[in-house]
Amino acid sequence: MTTVASVSEETDGGPYALSHLDALESEAVHIFREVAGEFERPVILFSGGKDSIVMLHLALKAFAPASIPFSLLHVDTGHNFPEVLEYRDRVVAAHGLRLHVASVQNYIDRGVLKERPDGTRNPLQTVPLTEKIQSERFDAVFGGGRRDEEKARAKERVFSLRDEFSQWDPRRQRPELWQLYNGRHAPGEHVRVFPLSNWTELDVWQYIAREGIELPEIYFAHDREVFQRSGMWLTAGEWGGPKDGEVVEKRLVRYRTVGDMSCTGAVDSDATTLDAVIAEIAASRLTERGATRADDKLSEAAMEDRKREGYF
Amino acid sequence: MTSTTEPTEPLSVEQLSATTLLRFATAGSVDDGKSTLVGRLLHDSKSVLTDQLEAVERVSASRGQDAPDLALLTDGLRAEREQGITIDVAYRYFATARRRFILADTPGHVQYTRNMVTGASTADLAVVLVDARNGVIEQTRRHAAVAALLRVPHVVLAVNKMDLVDYKESVFAAIAEEFTAYASELGVPEITAIPISALAGDNVVEASAHMDWYGGPTVLEHLETVPVSHDLAHCHARLPVQYVIRPQTAEHPDYRGYAGQIAAGTFRVGESVTVLPSGRTSKVAGIDLLGKSVDVVWTPQSVTLLLEDDIDISRGDLIVPSKDAPPTTQDVEATVCHVADAPLVVGHRVLLKHGTRTVKAIVKDIPSRLTLDDLSLHPHPGRLVANDIGRVVIRTAEPLPLDSYADSRRTGAFILIDPADGTTLTAGMVGESFAAPQPVKDAAEDDGWDF
Repeated sequence: MTTVASVSEETDGGPYALSHLDALESEAVHIFREVAGEFERPVILFSGGKDSIVMLHLALKAFAPASIPFSLLHVDTGHNFPEVLEYRDRVVAAHGLRLHVASVQNYIDRGVLKERPDGTRNPLQTVPLTEKIQSERFDAVFGGGRRDEEKARAKERVFSLRDEFSQWDPRRQRPELWQLYNGRHAPGEHVRVFPLSNWTELDVWQYIAREGIELPEIYFAHDREVFQRSGMWLTAGEWGGPKDGEVVEKRLVRYRTVGDMSCTGAVDSDATTLDAVIAEIAASRLTERGATRADDKLSEAAMEDRKREGYF
Repeated sequence: MTSTTEPTEPLSVEQLSATTLLRFATAGSVDDGKSTLVGRLLHDSKSVLTDQLEAVERVSASRGQDAPDLALLTDGLRAEREQGITIDVAYRYFATARRRFILADTPGHVQYTRNMVTGASTADLAVVLVDARNGVIEQTRRHAAVAALLRVPHVVLAVNKMDLVDYKESVFAAIAEEFTAYASELGVPEITAIPISALAGDNVVEASAHMDWYGGPTVLEHLETVPVSHDLAHCHARLPVQYVIRPQTAEHPDYRGYAGQIAAGTFRVGESVTVLPSGRTSKVAGIDLLGKSVDVVWTPQSVTLLLEDDIDISRGDLIVPSKDAPPTTQDVEATVCHVADAPLVVGHRVLLKHGTRTVKAIVKDIPSRLTLDDLSLHPHPGRLVANDIGRVVIRTAEPLPLDSYADSRRTGAFILIDPADGTTLTAGMVGESFAAPQPVKDAAEDDGWDF
């Protein structure tokens, strides 16, 4: 594992100033270690997306040379990109981690959840997630959420208390002072923890480049069969697309986020390397969620409403 | 547009990674134009993207407003949009070629002073907004006092709405002089006054064409160039132990590392250290910086120390240089800001979290409550309610190694927690009060406390 944290003459804050990536890394590691020190059963939400991959990388560094004292939890919508599932299983095996899976398909098969008419399964994740947290008695749940993603997330604390129904109440958040995170909670309650709170999309990509972290191939430009719906390029699949009148075509695209196939759009791109991806994001005039997520467009407060119910 | 904010070519990963991070907080009264200033900083640094702006335009139009309401960018909660006010701290992110910024956007409402305390606790700089037509008002003095209390190293006075006073130098000079005198008396180490119009864009990102009498930096230029690192040579080195790393594997059978984020100063291999509160001593045998062995580390790096001797150390202990150990005490005197809705009362049993250690404690006395408007003290108020600032005396169940907040914002700070439901009650700063206060007022003279 490499670390680039040398004394830099380039920075303008004197010899002891940290670069912004070093400062963000140090803060995230501090958060991981606080949770390891104060909680009984923490778990890392792992989707195989870039944010959770960066979280895992940071956790590996935080506890080196020991292994990570947490297990992983994947909420499997049943509409995942095969490349991402393959990546997930490879990473879990490589680091000897324990993986829990909460399956949306399983809930649908049992008749507990109903498929939505639009085929989108993203909102259906909340019930399997919160029930898994309760049944496994997880008391701290790491999420890769960043405050730059969305304006409701901009209000999110690093340590976010959830009640026994996993609900978020934005009006009753604990003030977060200095680096003194308060993880106290009653039995049945848990704390959502966001080590990447202060990172932006560009920070995440720069860090991936600096650390040489491997990502699933769908993040880089590749030829893909897609069709257009609501201004986004969606991948054809068994989840219900394309419908009549939607035409499949082969395009050079990549993904900015990884989620449920039914609501995660690809963007036109010829960026096949990390440097090209970073240049593309730095020049983009769209946020990553605005460009690629259908579920946030459901209403002005879609994210806030889902977070209140227990979504991450 | 200055060349520092508009890179003509994309920067390389190395260039982007080398930029430093500045954390700052904004404070201003309701109609001082804080949202407009924040909106302009975000907008002119190209941090507002098309889809966000479209959403703002859509909502503004549906409400019948003529122009996009930039406050909608920052008011993220349903209740905030409904009421048109900011009720909670939000964190914003933007960048220029020189620096990355984390902005704690704190509400200006009087009853949310605790939120300014929250935002200021991690800030290297605070921007205090003043309406040029109104000058320094009570709320301005409160903001200056909170910035001084929290020991924010740099304060910017942004005298806004200069367009509404004909860009007159005399108006700006009078406000700057009054504020600087007041803030200096409070102990604010560095004050920079800038005349601006957030609405018209004067001196926010681009230099104003209307105020050629002003020769200083724009707000953004100042944010880009203000130094962020502190003089570490004079800092007491402190490492609160967060977690003990013991792999117990064939490869690392005897590895025992003390992990934590350095709260202040530097640590070097070979240095003699003392572990508090036990007082045991050893030497630094090695330092791991996230998996890589190094000789020297400094704040705020997250590190792992290896010691020569196998001594009993666990989470909550503090590792310090043997030649520079703080005293340990069970009697804490501090200035606090009460942040919970339920009051803090003498006799309360609480938990105190300091560094990585949480101990039982009891509130022994509340000697005074501070009136931020005139810095006068109200003696023995008996209780502190939400947003009150006061002096407290606390007895802890175990000894704590405490620095004065004046020496260290990390190891001089603590929070009080309600042991029953885990609520964060109070933000605490150890040591003498922050400023030379006025003589204690007679209780009868205290004519109401409005926050």
